[in-house]
Amino acid sequence: MSKRLFSCLLLTSLALPAWAAFDVGQLMADLARHKGGKAKFVEKKYISLLDKPVVSTGEMTYTAPDKLEKRTLTPKPEILILDKDLLSIERDKQKLTINLGNQPEALAFVDSIRGTLSGNRAALEKNYLLHLSGTQDKWVLTLLPSDQKIATLLQRITVSGSKNQIRSIEYLQADGDRSILSIEPIETK
Amino acid sequence: MTRSAGRTFLLWLLAMLAGVAIVWQARFSADMSFFLPAHPTAEQKVLVDQLKEGAVSRLLMLAIEGGEAGQRAALSRELRGRLLKTDNFVVVQNGEADGLQADRDFLFKHRYLLSPAVTAERFSVAGLHDAIANSIDLLASPAGMMLKPMLARDPTGELYAIVSQLNAGAQPNSRDGVWASRDGERAMLLVQTRALGSDTDGQEASIELIHREFAAAAAAAGLTDVRLQLSGPGLFAVKARATIKDEVGRLSLISTLAIVGVLFFVYRSLRLLSLGLVPVLSGALAAVVVVSLVYGTVFGITVGFGSALIGEAVDYSIYYFVQSGRVGLDAWRQRFWPTIRLGVQTSVAGFGALLFSGFPGLAQLGLYSLSGVLTAALVTRFVLPKLAGNTPLRRDLAPLGMTLNRHLQSLAGWRWPVLLLAALAVGQLYLHRHSLWHPELSALSTVSAEDGARDMAIRADIAAPDSRYMVVIGAAEREAALQAAERAGEKLDRLIADGVIGGYDSPARFLPSLATQQARRASLPPADLLQSRLQAAQQDSPLAAGKLGGFIADVAAARNQGEVTRQSLDGSSLALLVDSLLLHHADGWSVLLPLHPPSGEDAPEIAATTVRQALAGSDALFIDMKGEFNKLYNDYLHEAMLLSLAGLLAIVALLTITLRSARRLATVLLPLVLAVLIVIAGLNLLGERLHLLHLVGMLLIVAVGSNYALFFDGAERQQLDPETLASMAIANLTTAIGFGTLGLSQVPVLHAVGVTVGPGAVLALLLAAIFVPRETRR
Repeated sequence: MSKRLFSCLLLTSLALPAWAAFDVGQLMADLARHKGGKAKFVEKKYISLLDKPVVSTGEMTYTAPDKLEKRTLTPKPEILILDKDLLSIERDKQKLTINLGNQPEALAFVDSIRGTLSGNRAALEKNYLLHLSGTQDKWVLTLLPSDQKIATLLQRITVSGSKNQIRSIEYLQADGDRSILSIEPIETK
Repeated sequence: MTRSAGRTFLLWLLAMLAGVAIVWQARFSADMSFFLPAHPTAEQKVLVDQLKEGAVSRLLMLAIEGGEAGQRAALSRELRGRLLKTDNFVVVQNGEADGLQADRDFLFKHRYLLSPAVTAERFSVAGLHDAIANSIDLLASPAGMMLKPMLARDPTGELYAIVSQLNAGAQPNSRDGVWASRDGERAMLLVQTRALGSDTDGQEASIELIHREFAAAAAAAGLTDVRLQLSGPGLFAVKARATIKDEVGRLSLISTLAIVGVLFFVYRSLRLLSLGLVPVLSGALAAVVVVSLVYGTVFGITVGFGSALIGEAVDYSIYYFVQSGRVGLDAWRQRFWPTIRLGVQTSVAGFGALLFSGFPGLAQLGLYSLSGVLTAALVTRFVLPKLAGNTPLRRDLAPLGMTLNRHLQSLAGWRWPVLLLAALAVGQLYLHRHSLWHPELSALSTVSAEDGARDMAIRADIAAPDSRYMVVIGAAEREAALQAAERAGEKLDRLIADGVIGGYDSPARFLPSLATQQARRASLPPADLLQSRLQAAQQDSPLAAGKLGGFIADVAAARNQGEVTRQSLDGSSLALLVDSLLLHHADGWSVLLPLHPPSGEDAPEIAATTVRQALAGSDALFIDMKGEFNKLYNDYLHEAMLLSLAGLLAIVALLTITLRSARRLATVLLPLVLAVLIVIAGLNLLGERLHLLHLVGMLLIVAVGSNYALFFDGAERQQLDPETLASMAIANLTTAIGFGTLGLSQVPVLHAVGVTVGPGAVLALLLAAIFVPRETRR
């Protein structure tokens, strides 16, 4: 895994002279090379009604290009699996399966994270305007919803990371509530 | 024509006219009642009600093919709009989400009366603390995101408690906001007709309407390359009726034409031909009249059996004309009538055995054939001679008879080969004894393999409910029915926890019993008490009690709100759901609780015994529809075996009493038994899986075939003259034509009888000729 990651990076640095401008296309190409991995996450949800953020922690595993597993350990165990357009949530012995094809808003939401993970620019640009700042080592990608329906739910998504590793995703909802998902990769041999 | 002949003719004509008048009034039906038990058990009654009136029997599945995905989606929306404007459909679903808001509003408004989590403990300090902490935890999950806007008013998560007990089940795929097939290449719709499943006319009209509206919608959109596929029980019923209607006409015409051709060849006289058809017409008419008078409704399949009846009934007039032509009427009555009478009696015994069947279709076939054969024989004996007067048969059949005789003589050497063949047949049947019978009722179904496959494909694409498993409870009152549903629900909840079932639907979820609603309301504390408990419960919580004013107000409102009634549901899709699960009928109410199998298996089945054990002691009845169907069929098959044996015994008894000789009895029976063996082995060899009607066919080989074997018995004492032999050959030919025509039918019930009795009758004659005792020959 790390070996492949290393060779990816090596290839990237060979292919890209340091002075080349870092743009969305470049970032997407980097991300697309990321074939998957395991990470710890901490998610904080700031909700206006609550005096403190709701914090959840766990692990997530990504397998390129379209399989994502989010395993929440605290405060309540929950397993969320996204496989293509099927989202299943397992909690309290109950399993809920949602076909995202039936829910365009939810799909747009999911596409923001999946599109970023897989470096699928077309999928992202279907629903969002992309804006990139920073350098290859420390970049911030901002997604602004272009669709009116999504804009009624979501103001902005901010993804930040380093090279082809996403470090955090912040969702700012239309009502001002926001959540920050921090990702810490687990190095596997 | 003499005066007495005129009087007889008039009487006959009057009887025929009366018959026509009755038939004119008769009700004909081509629905599945033919197959449904006449005396159902409690389980079977549910099955029958569901098939005739249940929601599933009114479902039609639609698939739009061709064009682009966007065009199909637009067409799906347009078609739904058009269908909803008509009055023919209760539900038209295509995945559009417009109806959900009303349902959600209803659930939210009545959440404190509908939520199963509402108890006095939940509204104690500790209960409130736990429930609200759980809701906050849930906010961490995407599943809880829908709760956020309602959190201040529903901090204990009652809406979530209501919704999470609903089994979302398998949802159809979706493209462009409407349902699509798994591959996305078809837009799918699900329609529930207002017409009952048993109302074939209503189903036909609804299906035509769908096709018309689709064509109009496609034309309006300028689309020419789009097609509509449709399937469902209603379509099967309509198609089955069309098939039967078509076949009744076609088969009767074929057999009539063929038989008339044979008769004309024999008689060479239009007058004799017409006279010869008198007993046939009388029999066919009387058969319908008797069935209509006894059963009220005549099944289409029964009338389809008419082609066989014609072939059998015409025999008597053939005997009369050919035999009496030579010996005269009186001699005929003396010499031949007793043999014919015995033949009629054996036929009547065979058909009569079917009368006792609990399979209504079979009982009707029995009564129909019995009345027809009996009438034809009586008309031949008492009416035909008067009408015919002394009409000589112009054509001399002696040469034909002599030719036949020569051939039959030469058959005598075939005895051992035939016995060998029969032994091989026994071996063949023994070897295949495990795969001889078709195990399912579907063997009798008129649904073609192609239609069945299309139905499976559409059903899988739309994830339509198959409602195989169901718990049914009866009660005198609505309240009692709902309370029983809640009690059964508690037991089913435990089965869900144990993983025995995946889930279930219940009308009590949206319309709880008044007792339950009152208990839930009584557990809600008054506003000031709730306020103080919240203060205590929420001290350390991120959700301060001060922000929960909406919650306190809603609980106070719920305390003063009236109960949820059936009327409160009007305007939401929940009303339809409750109506399809809570049924009011003449003797009270019944509740249906469809069970969903545990998920994650390809062909999921529910462990019936575990569910039955869990429900033991209550009056809730667990039903596996597929199991019931197969049990029903096995009951029919078992019963048909008993009846066939009884019929066989009756025939043997009849022959024993009349023939008074074991040797003569054996001479008559041996060819019949051999014919049955050889025909059945032959069918098996040709790959035909036997079912119930083949079994009946075996009985009929004996009943009908004995008519021919009996003449050879007569021949033992008196030389079989060439004319008699010719008359037998011709009568046998017409019978074979009549039954053989049924073999052409696509209706399995008719086909099976046709392919069994048609060849069986011919074989019976041939074998009887082969096994005629030798000492009578020269």
